[in-house]
Amino acid sequence: MRTLFLKRDFYAGTLMILLGGGAVLAARENPYGSLMHMGPGFFPTILGVILMLLGVLIAIPAIGTLSAGPDRILPEHPEWWGWFCILAGPVLFIIFGEYGGMAPATFACVFVSARGDRTATWKSSFLLALGITVFGCALFSYVLHVPFPIIRGVHL
Amino acid sequence: MIGQALTDLWYGFGVALEPQNLLWCFVGVLVGNMVGVLPGMGPLATISILLPLTFGMKPVAAILMIAGVYYGAQYGGAICSILLNLPCHPPHAVTCLDGFPMTQQGKGGVALGITVIGSFIGASWGITEMIFLAPLLVKVALQFGPAEVCSLMLLGLLAGSTLARGSPVKGIAMTVLGLLIGVIGSDIETGAPRMTFGLIGLTDGVEIVALALGLFGIAEFMSSINQTAAVDMKYSHVKFKDMRPSKAELKQAFPAMIRGTIIGSLCALIPGTGPTIASFVAYATEKKISKTPERFGHGAIEGVACPEASTHSSVQGDFIPTMSLGIPGDAVMALLLGALIIQGIVPGPQLIKDHPDIFWGLIASFWIGNVLLVILNVPMIGLWVKLLMIPYKYLFPSALFFVCIGVYSANNDMFQVGEVLVIGVGGYLLNMLGFHPAPILLGFVLGPRVEENFRRAMLISRGDLLTFVERPISAFFVALSVLLIVVQIVVWLRGKKGDGAFGVEIPLGASALKPMETAPATSGPRAVE
Repeated sequence: MRTLFLKRDFYAGTLMILLGGGAVLAARENPYGSLMHMGPGFFPTILGVILMLLGVLIAIPAIGTLSAGPDRILPEHPEWWGWFCILAGPVLFIIFGEYGGMAPATFACVFVSARGDRTATWKSSFLLALGITVFGCALFSYVLHVPFPIIRGVHL
Repeated sequence: MIGQALTDLWYGFGVALEPQNLLWCFVGVLVGNMVGVLPGMGPLATISILLPLTFGMKPVAAILMIAGVYYGAQYGGAICSILLNLPCHPPHAVTCLDGFPMTQQGKGGVALGITVIGSFIGASWGITEMIFLAPLLVKVALQFGPAEVCSLMLLGLLAGSTLARGSPVKGIAMTVLGLLIGVIGSDIETGAPRMTFGLIGLTDGVEIVALALGLFGIAEFMSSINQTAAVDMKYSHVKFKDMRPSKAELKQAFPAMIRGTIIGSLCALIPGTGPTIASFVAYATEKKISKTPERFGHGAIEGVACPEASTHSSVQGDFIPTMSLGIPGDAVMALLLGALIIQGIVPGPQLIKDHPDIFWGLIASFWIGNVLLVILNVPMIGLWVKLLMIPYKYLFPSALFFVCIGVYSANNDMFQVGEVLVIGVGGYLLNMLGFHPAPILLGFVLGPRVEENFRRAMLISRGDLLTFVERPISAFFVALSVLLIVVQIVVWLRGKKGDGAFGVEIPLGASALKPMETAPATSGPRAVE
């Protein structure tokens, strides 16, 4: 039983079963209807059931090959810091975009995500962020007219 | 028939040569060629980033540009494979096997030259095929009722998910997941919100840009970060005059190109077998029929010419089912359809008649684009090679910004940026569990149309599921789908005995940013055997 929990496909199948089950549950909000007059809940319910069946099909071979030893789910060298920086980029983009404007949002997003690379220095990240901010604001604000103030409250 | 085709094509050239369309076609192939060369940026991420920018453009210009990025990237991808041994673009992974040894022997320029010639021949054939085949397909497809459309889509989805990379069951699971994501939003008939989990931002459904950028942008960055090996640039000084192959080399490569072209165009006709599979099949075939198979892996010129011609012929052929039936074969084509839908154009067999400017303009722009690419690639090869030196550490933060702003500008809504983040994390998780995310996009784009046609078919047949097998054309598609699954099971059972599918081992699962481990070249250090 313990090796079972080290099988990648076991988790893959379980995830599909959970997603399918979730879809079936979520589809119950809407009327089901009949085969002839399908309600909005019909199609997602079928899909959810199919996804659950596929999940079982994915998980079963994993149970069948217990002896083959553990699988690796995380890559060999997990890049927690890099992943954190990549995800922090868009989060900061949202926060600074809501309260600051396009320029601070861009700078924060590029600067923080650039820090995720192991060879990046503070200086290289700063220069890259600065360059992209100038270029990005010029392109998206002045050329493409995206309605997103460069700095909120300041009319440039 | 030929006369009609030529008239239409003439009209298409008129459309494609309008200054505005010509400009966007040029921008498309230029950007495509650029991202093709850059290690770590694929055409999928690029097209998704460019998609919001096309909202304000005319439909013809938008489609020409997006298509240009796709086939332009194929030209660039070969440079990356041959000079750096980096299989950053799956269709060109196989080119590394013989392209890089050629580079090590100082014949990198010749390999590139052969690639450009082969690409042009392959692409030309693919386009010709489209000119004659697409209208024919349309004639048949216009007879289809909802039941036929529905089973055809089922076939398309099954082929798209099982014939691509990885485990077929996982591929189908991803397609179903994509269909489910397509359900999110308002119901097509009643307008009732479905599976929105109470989030107002989801009432209009998941934005295709957010889905594509999450799966192919953020998830890709997460798996590529800090994975870049030091790139060996010592072979990358290629000059224009090095690219001319000698007469003997050309004589050797030409038949291989023709064979590759034919294989590619056959692969393009089967939905789901995109350029990647076409290039692998071409390489395996070429090796098998060669009188000197031992040369392969050590710089055989046919090993470059055949898969490259095959890739390009298949890339152009990919557009056939997409434009004539509205059924995309892979994720890029799904995005192209997404762009059409955003422009308010309904994809399907009526497209050629309703929007001849898009269809024939696109075909004409293929010729123009391919000529532009040859012009761009041959004299300017040195410039493209310089692009290879842009390190990934500058590339991905910049791309991340383009992802954020692109997805924001799709609706001017920060909610979408959050959406892309969640999808990105989910996509990476799926990646770690051994799923390939491309079929999600296929399911997502086709989802609403599958549901609409399914409901309509059921309404017409008064709830009788047998309608799918009682109508002959629909039964034919259902039979093909069943056949496809049976073949998959047989292949799976045989594969258990340990046969590689194509007879060539391709480490596709490996990170695309690491140099490929090819057979040691004659000049390289060789393991003692």
